Amino acid sequence: MNDKPEKLIDKKGLRLDGRKPDELRPVKLQVGVISNADGSAYIEHGKNKILAGVYGPREVHPKHLALPDRTVVKCRYHMAPFSVQERKSPAPSRREIELSKVIRESLEPAIFIEYYPRTMIDIFIEVLQADGGTRCASITAAALALADSGIPMRDLIVACAAGKVEDKIVLDLMDTEDKLGCADVPVALMPNLNAVTLLQMDGSLSTEEFESAVNLALEGCKQIYALQKEALRTKYVNVREENKEEVEE
Amino acid sequence: MPIFLEKRQLVTPGDLIAEGDYIAGENTYMEKNKIYASRVGIVEYETKKMDVVALKSFYIPRMEDIVIGTITEVGFSGWTVDINSPYPALLRASDVLSRSFRPQKDDLPQVLDVGDLVVAKIVSYDRTHDPQLTVAEPGLGKITRGQILKVTPTKIPRVIGRKGSMISTIKQETGCNIILGVNGVVLITGKTLEDEQLAMMAILKIEAESHTSGLTDRITKMLKEAKIGKEEKKE
Repeated sequence: MNDKPEKLIDKKGLRLDGRKPDELRPVKLQVGVISNADGSAYIEHGKNKILAGVYGPREVHPKHLALPDRTVVKCRYHMAPFSVQERKSPAPSRREIELSKVIRESLEPAIFIEYYPRTMIDIFIEVLQADGGTRCASITAAALALADSGIPMRDLIVACAAGKVEDKIVLDLMDTEDKLGCADVPVALMPNLNAVTLLQMDGSLSTEEFESAVNLALEGCKQIYALQKEALRTKYVNVREENKEEVEE
Repeated sequence: MPIFLEKRQLVTPGDLIAEGDYIAGENTYMEKNKIYASRVGIVEYETKKMDVVALKSFYIPRMEDIVIGTITEVGFSGWTVDINSPYPALLRASDVLSRSFRPQKDDLPQVLDVGDLVVAKIVSYDRTHDPQLTVAEPGLGKITRGQILKVTPTKIPRVIGRKGSMISTIKQETGCNIILGVNGVVLITGKTLEDEQLAMMAILKIEAESHTSGLTDRITKMLKEAKIGKEEKKE
């Protein structure tokens, strides 16, 4: 894994894993996987495997953190020691603490935090396997878990990244492309309200490149959003169809 | 001024329900004259008011609600009660004793101890204060026997049914007395454990299949079959 590939994009314009520049990795979503949590979701985004669990709103501990006018949203992004090639120390790293904050801030605009003062919502994100773009996949999964828990939301949130690899703007970078490429632009979107809640850039891009990267990422978001909705529906539609069969019998 | 969705359609947060001169009902919100869903649920409307019946939620206290709670803490002059909500409820000693509380003489754990269950009514609640309970009314107070069941609070209306049709069917067929706490906790007291278990099964079935049609008929069928099965056993 550690040997550098010579070319990130081959002569046919295909990427290392055979994707076209504007193609997403396969995404699989599942809702309600942790019965102890109030809401939960699981995402497989390419080789990324991430679990998200939501608790709350519940009483705030320690009590002095409670706010009189709104809910406190707490978010913990954590990578399992076995999630990457080299063992990752289980203690929260600088990067994990930063990502926890970034993810929290991109989810908060969707939650009606002013509805439930003096309470707390806990979001736990556990990365089981990482392969680039975990922050985006985490946001997608956490938003699903929030919706599953019955917390009122303005909209679902989807996230997707685009970036520049060998002078080409590509969608949904995987780990190798992220490390050897020129730039990475993660974007989180509230699709119905058409509002961006996260926009970062790592690397350097010209204004035009940046614009096309953002637009490409937004396209990716919309594709994942369809899957996200489907995952939420499946949880309940299954019960419905079972009954239909019963009636037909 | 269109409505974008049909009745009884499943929605997810952010789905556009209607635009124009409508009223945002339960589990919806309005922005720029458009009404969106804020929870996963089923769309219901009559004329102007758009509602989403949530498939999962938690209990937020409201005045006059009858709830079932568990004592979690015995304090100096009252109890803290878990009412299955983000906010803990308070029950005052003077309310339970129905006279003024005398710290030297009254032993609170003897009246109600941690783990005891109570049927209570919420007398006050707002954004800045935790809910306060009362048991000083007929039908309220400590629970001494029966079965406890928890369901998502939004499913309670479904368990009651249209004009109480569902709950009265269950009561009739099982011969159990059922108290529905608005907070999603249900108390079932019957003559035998079997009766109670049958009622529990029926309520759990309602919870799992609340968003499907023809549920009342299926529940009635299920209860009648169980009854026949029981009589055959006796013979």
